[in-house]
Parts: sequence; C-alpha cells; structure tokens
Amino acid sequence: MLNKAITDLLTKMADDELILGHRNSEWTGLGPVMEEDIAFSSMAQDKIGHSWALFRILEELPEGRQADLNAFCRPEAAFKCCHLVEYPNSGYDFSLMRHFLFDQAEAVRYESLQESSFEPLQQLSKKVKGELKYHTLHANAWILQLSRAGEESYDRMQTALNEIMALAAGIFEPARDYEQALIDEKVYPGEKELYNRWLDRIYPVLVKASLNLPDLNAIAPAYGGRTGQHTPYLGPLLKEMGEVFNLDTAANW
Amino acid sequence: MSLDPRVNRLKLGDPNAVIKVEEGENWNVYEVFHQEKRGAHHEHVGCVHAPDPQLALIFAKEQFARRKKCVNLWVVKSADILAFDVEDEDMFANNLEKTYRDASGFKVMEKINKFKQSSKGTTDVK
Repeated sequence: MLNKAITDLLTKMADDELILGHRNSEWTGLGPVMEEDIAFSSMAQDKIGHSWALFRILEELPEGRQADLNAFCRPEAAFKCCHLVEYPNSGYDFSLMRHFLFDQAEAVRYESLQESSFEPLQQLSKKVKGELKYHTLHANAWILQLSRAGEESYDRMQTALNEIMALAAGIFEPARDYEQALIDEKVYPGEKELYNRWLDRIYPVLVKASLNLPDLNAIAPAYGGRTGQHTPYLGPLLKEMGEVFNLDTAANW
Repeated sequence: MSLDPRVNRLKLGDPNAVIKVEEGENWNVYEVFHQEKRGAHHEHVGCVHAPDPQLALIFAKEQFARRKKCVNLWVVKSADILAFDVEDEDMFANNLEKTYRDASGFKVMEKINKFKQSSKGTTDVK
C-alpha cells in the first residue's frame, strides 16, 4: 500500500516537472531579452533534471520502470501532472506568472520533504535546495519588476494571476486513495498543508507587487490531472516530446 | 573619444563641466565581478543588461557562474564607474628620467642567472 502511495506521489511530482520543463523550454531562442532567455532555458533544464531524479527513484522501487520509458512511453491517461503545467505558453506574462506560482509551490514541497521518512526524497530535497532558492528569487524579482513597470504591465500581471490562480490551486489536488497513508507515515505533510504554506509564501510577494489575490472561495481548483484526466494540450505535447525517443525505444544514447 | 560610452570619463580638459549620467532607457548595463573561491578577489568578467541591480545579479549568475566555479558575484552599474578619459593616457607615461620607477628597472635577471649558475655548479660537482 505504502509503495503504491509513494509511487503515486513521485509520479505526479515527476510529471509536473517534466511537462513544465518541456513547456518552459519552448521559450528557448524566443525569450524577451538574451539574458532572460538563457536564465529561463536553464531553469527549464533544471526542471527536467528534477523529473529525471524522481524517475530514477521510481526505477528503484518494486515494479519500477526504466526512467526513459516512464517519461516517453506512457499513455496520456497514465500521466499524473496537473493542468497548470499543460497549458501552452500564451505569452511571457502567463509563463512568468506560472513560473512564479509553480516554483514557489515546488520550493514549499521540497522544503517539507527535508523531513520525509522516505530517505530518497529527503536526500533529493537537500540536493535541489540551492536551485529552488535561485528559481524563486528569479520569479519574485520579475513579478515585482513587471508589476511596477507601468499600467499596461501591471494589468497584464494581474490578468495573468487571475487566469492562472485556479490552475495553480490544482497543483494541490489530494491523492484520492493515498493521502492519509502518506501523511500518517510522515512521507510528506499532505496537499492541504502544502497549499496553506504556499499561500503564506506567495502572499507577501503579491502584496509587495500590489497584485490582488483572487478570492480563493470563488475559484474552483483545476483538479483531475492527478487521476489522469487532462486538458487537450497534453496529448500533442507528449507526442512531440517522445517523437525522437519513440523512433527506436531500444536505441542507445 | 571614450571607447566605452557607458562609462563616465573624468574630463580633465574642462574643470567646470558637471558629470552627468543620462537617464535614457530604463535598462542599464551592469559590470559583473566573479569570485571563484571565498577570500579571493572579485574579478571583472563582463557585463549584463538588466532593469535593476537585483535582476542584474540574477542574470549574472546565469551568464558568468554557470560554467565556472563561483561562490559570489558583484554587479555595479557601468554608469557608476568613474574612469580616466582615454585621451589622458599620456598622463601615465613615465618620462625617460624616471625609468627607475618601472618594475623592469630592477636588475633581477643578473641575480637569477648568477643563482642558476651557482646551483648548476653544485650539480656538476656531484
């Protein structure tokens, strides 16, 4: 039972990182300025690296699959990523806001895993600490910068926040069958707790940026991703991402 | 003429001129200084284009600390650097009577050769 619960947790974390890493990498060569292009691409690579580390942990578990097969050869319904990471890049405002909300959530999650009873996750959380510190610093700096860069810029950031908030809340969709087991076994504190910690983390930044947090009671979190129900955007992304790998899945790289 | 228009040059020619930094665009150029290990000097490695010092530091991390060991970075707005004007390079020229100030004026080679000679001598004895 616990093995299944841990597999579920690792899979959703790995899938979030893999899909958002791929999405963010689509900005490579198209970023607003050269310095930012390189920074954003580099952080997208970090995300793929995190997903690889998680897939490697999965590989070592009983019935674990090889990391590459897990990443590139699963059917869409077997993916457990949240809807937030699936959406296409509509603009840099959207991507930056998503980057801010996701990476803050990621930071909160990995911080909690520093006390995890599951050793491999505890170790990984220490390894990625410095990277996440940088990612959130980058995200916070841009949110503040753009929210103070005139009326149009401010409006676009507020609009992006309004559009993304329900999707971002979907990160914290509780695992249907495993949530309590993971909490009881002290693997992690549970999605509800992480959601509250995340709000505490993003709120001061939004206040500093004079952005208004949408009414949380009025939004319906975009759930479904964790149980394999996805937006129409995931299918084409998976096809593109696995295109080369699936030409010959046994090839040596 | 200044080679680098972003750096302010102290104009020795006109003592009454006010040094003025043009506001211009809201993005500025920042010079980046890289520290390889704790206690070492921060060394100038290049520059980045950024809207404020914080983002300059963030960009500098990506540009200059990604492929090379780094423990710390400094950024300084290029416009805050005061340098001599290139035209006034002649000020640095030592005139012929002051060659004793050049490091090359110290006659160390003679001593080094003498030392080499003497140590060679000892090897020969063996």
